[in-house]
Amino acid sequence: MLEAVAALLVCQLVGELIVIGLDLPLPGPLIGMAIMFLGLMVYGRVPAPLDNAAKGLLDQLSLLFVPAGVGVMTHLALLGEEWISITTSLVISTLIAIAVTGFMMQKLSERTDRKIKGAQDGE
Amino acid sequence: MENNVASMWVYLSTSPLLHLTFTVTFFVLARLLYRKMGYPALLNPVLITVIVIVALLSWSNTSYEVYFEGAQFVHFLLGPATVALAIPLYRQISLVKRYPVALVASIIMGSLVAMISAVLIAKLGDVGEQTLISIAPKSITTPVAMGVVEQLGGLPSLTAVLVILTGIVGAAMGPWLLDRLRVTNPVAKGLAMGLASHGLGTGRAVLMGDVAAAFAGLAMGLNALVTAVLLPLLWHLFM
Repeated sequence: MLEAVAALLVCQLVGELIVIGLDLPLPGPLIGMAIMFLGLMVYGRVPAPLDNAAKGLLDQLSLLFVPAGVGVMTHLALLGEEWISITTSLVISTLIAIAVTGFMMQKLSERTDRKIKGAQDGE
Repeated sequence: MENNVASMWVYLSTSPLLHLTFTVTFFVLARLLYRKMGYPALLNPVLITVIVIVALLSWSNTSYEVYFEGAQFVHFLLGPATVALAIPLYRQISLVKRYPVALVASIIMGSLVAMISAVLIAKLGDVGEQTLISIAPKSITTPVAMGVVEQLGGLPSLTAVLVILTGIVGAAMGPWLLDRLRVTNPVAKGLAMGLASHGLGTGRAVLMGDVAAAFAGLAMGLNALVTAVLLPLLWHLFM
């Protein structure tokens, strides 16, 4: 368990250091995720303690956004003036993005599946 | 007696324990309610918890800074949780290899649609220039969105709020919309949730299974990258 926590923290820390060192416009944990991913590719499998720790964290992922969400209280004045436009934009744009991405990925993956299947049948 | 209660309150309200306990406990209760009612969009546990805590803080005249002293312990876990997304992704590596072109094309298209539609709709609503910049990267994960907005001269703290609200909208309404559109493939569902509503969409995608969770994490990461590169470019070209 502790090994898994250490592994997650080391990846994050190295990610942060890379971001600062190379002056990248990306968050450290995202680079940390890439490092962890590469590490798993090299290692070849997911150690059980790491799997448990990751599952424990990811099952509670939504909770982790509550503190930042409460930050809405610091912008109530600005949101009060422009809230109709902002809400309209957020809701419609988010729904369009979900629709376009989901629909496109479903269609394209179906096409890939047909191609792969066609190639297999042709053999 | 009353004096005792008052001194207890003075002690508790300055200790991080109180707001940490509020954050976790209200979320647990909100999630219980969400499950009991059959996952209705409007009872999204993050939304409910945020409303309850904001109401409580306003009522007790507590500042966000004081609240955050307790809540920071929860907030900190976002970093390790992001790193942990590598694990479900690694498990789905065979699916990533199966659809490389479809994945990249869908993510770039979705990213452009998310940015451009947000700015155009907000512009129709006649919002100020700073709000316009701040809303553009609403679909990507908070730290990257704040960095991009700062670079373009917007309000990073407003962006943090807009990003979270976007996440709540996506997590609450996304599954319903995907159902309506008959998007049933878990790869496509996860990708859409993570792309449009980052970690909160990914948190919701966890309920859709391992495949959806993995692709939500992938889409969240890649959209952050695509938006961080394309938004400054598009902004200087067109605005």
